[in-house]
Order: sequence, then C-alpha cells, then structure tokens
Amino acid sequence: MKRSNAPVFWLLFGAGGMLSALLGAMLVFITGIAVPLGWPPRTELMSYSRMLAFAQHGLGKGFLFVVIALFAWHAAHRLFHSLHDVGIPTGMAAKLACYGVALVLTLVAAASLLSLGF
Amino acid sequence: MSGKAAVRRPYVRPMRGWWRRDPFFGRYMLREATALAVLVYAIVLTVGAVRLAQGEAAWNGWLAALRTPLSLLLHGVLLLAMVIHAKSWFEIMPKTMPALFLGGRRVAASTITRAGWAAAVLASIALFVFAWAWRS
Repeated sequence: MKRSNAPVFWLLFGAGGMLSALLGAMLVFITGIAVPLGWPPRTELMSYSRMLAFAQHGLGKGFLFVVIALFAWHAAHRLFHSLHDVGIPTGMAAKLACYGVALVLTLVAAASLLSLGF
Repeated sequence: MSGKAAVRRPYVRPMRGWWRRDPFFGRYMLREATALAVLVYAIVLTVGAVRLAQGEAAWNGWLAALRTPLSLLLHGVLLLAMVIHAKSWFEIMPKTMPALFLGGRRVAASTITRAGWAAAVLASIALFVFAWAWRS
C-alpha cells in the first residue's frame, strides 16, 4: 500500500496552529500595532540595526523562519480543507495552489533570512 | 443510460449560505476563516524578511507601510482573528488530541481547553516581556 502523505501536512498544520494560537495575537499586536504606533516609547524596537542583529542571530533567525513557515503551512492546510465547504472542488489543482503558496513563502523566507548571514 | 443522462442538466448541490442555517456552522466557518488571517500575517512577515535582506532603505519602507492607517486597520482585524483562532483552537483541542489520562481518570475536555488558554496567555505575556526587555 502506498504510504499516505497526509500525516506530514497534518503535523505542519497542528504545529502551526499551536504556535499561532500561543503567540499569533501578541506577535500581530507588537509588530503590526504597538511598534507602528511608537511603542515602546523612546525606542525603535524594530529599527534596521536591531532587526538585522536579531535575524543574524541563530535563535532569532530560527524563530522568524519557524513562525513564517509554520503559519503558512497551517493556513494552507486549513484553507485547502475549507474549499469543499464553500463549494470549490478540491482536486490536485486546488491542492497545489494551497500548499504551493506555503512552499513559496517558506522558500522566500528561508532565502532572505539565510542571505543575511550569521 | 449514460447517453440519456448526459442530456439532462446534472444536479449540483447548492452550497451558498449553508453555514448561516445554524450558529454551530457559523462558528465552524469563523474558525476556519481565521486561517486567512494567519496566511496574511505570514505574507506580511515574509515581505518583511525580504525587505530586511534588501537593506536599510527597503526595511524602513516596510516599517513606513506598517504605520499607514490601512495597515493598522488590517492588523486590528488580524489581531481579532488571531484571538478567535487561539480561543477556538483550544476549544477543539480535546477532540483533536488523543485522550489524556491523569491518575487513572480521563482529563475533562474543559480542563484541557482552560489549560490551553492559560498557556496562550502565559506565552503572550512572556513574548511581551521579552519585547519590553529587548527595547534597550
């Protein structure tokens, strides 16, 4: 019997769902609302030099990559399985489109983060 | 048989608005729709990583884009969706994870959900404190 690839996608979905449930809201709040509105006061939390240093550190780089990749694979899997619910046939084309977006985001993020060096 | 059937218009089950029939379906669709927010945020962060790799001017342009009212509005919606995702993620966790036993008794679903919510609150506080401590 051919081995199913479903557990791999399910695992990525579960890991991404857990990570985004734990940290997603606060990440969005910090990067998308607090910092653009000038928090913390008298500091540029996400200035170029600080974020460069963060992304060049192994842990910072790993964190950014894991967040982007797992969020993307979680969303791709969930959206793929919701297509049926809104009446879109879930063939190979839909599967490639959903997981393809996640793959592209993963590769682009990996290439950008790696090009920054360590 | 197939010759006659091909003449007739095939029946296509209508899918429009089925989830508005029952609040349970509505909650299900809302839960699934949070994946859109997770995807949009992953895209926002990926663009940020690309801009960071392109240098200081590009990065500052990304930061400026984040300060626009449209971006703030978008992130407000993303924040709301992330909260709904976190809430519902732990609500369905008792059903998606294997049965958990503690001291010979099955752990109640509500206990698992509350533990998940508590973990999310603690993780969020930890991240906030990290960002605050990292500021200088």
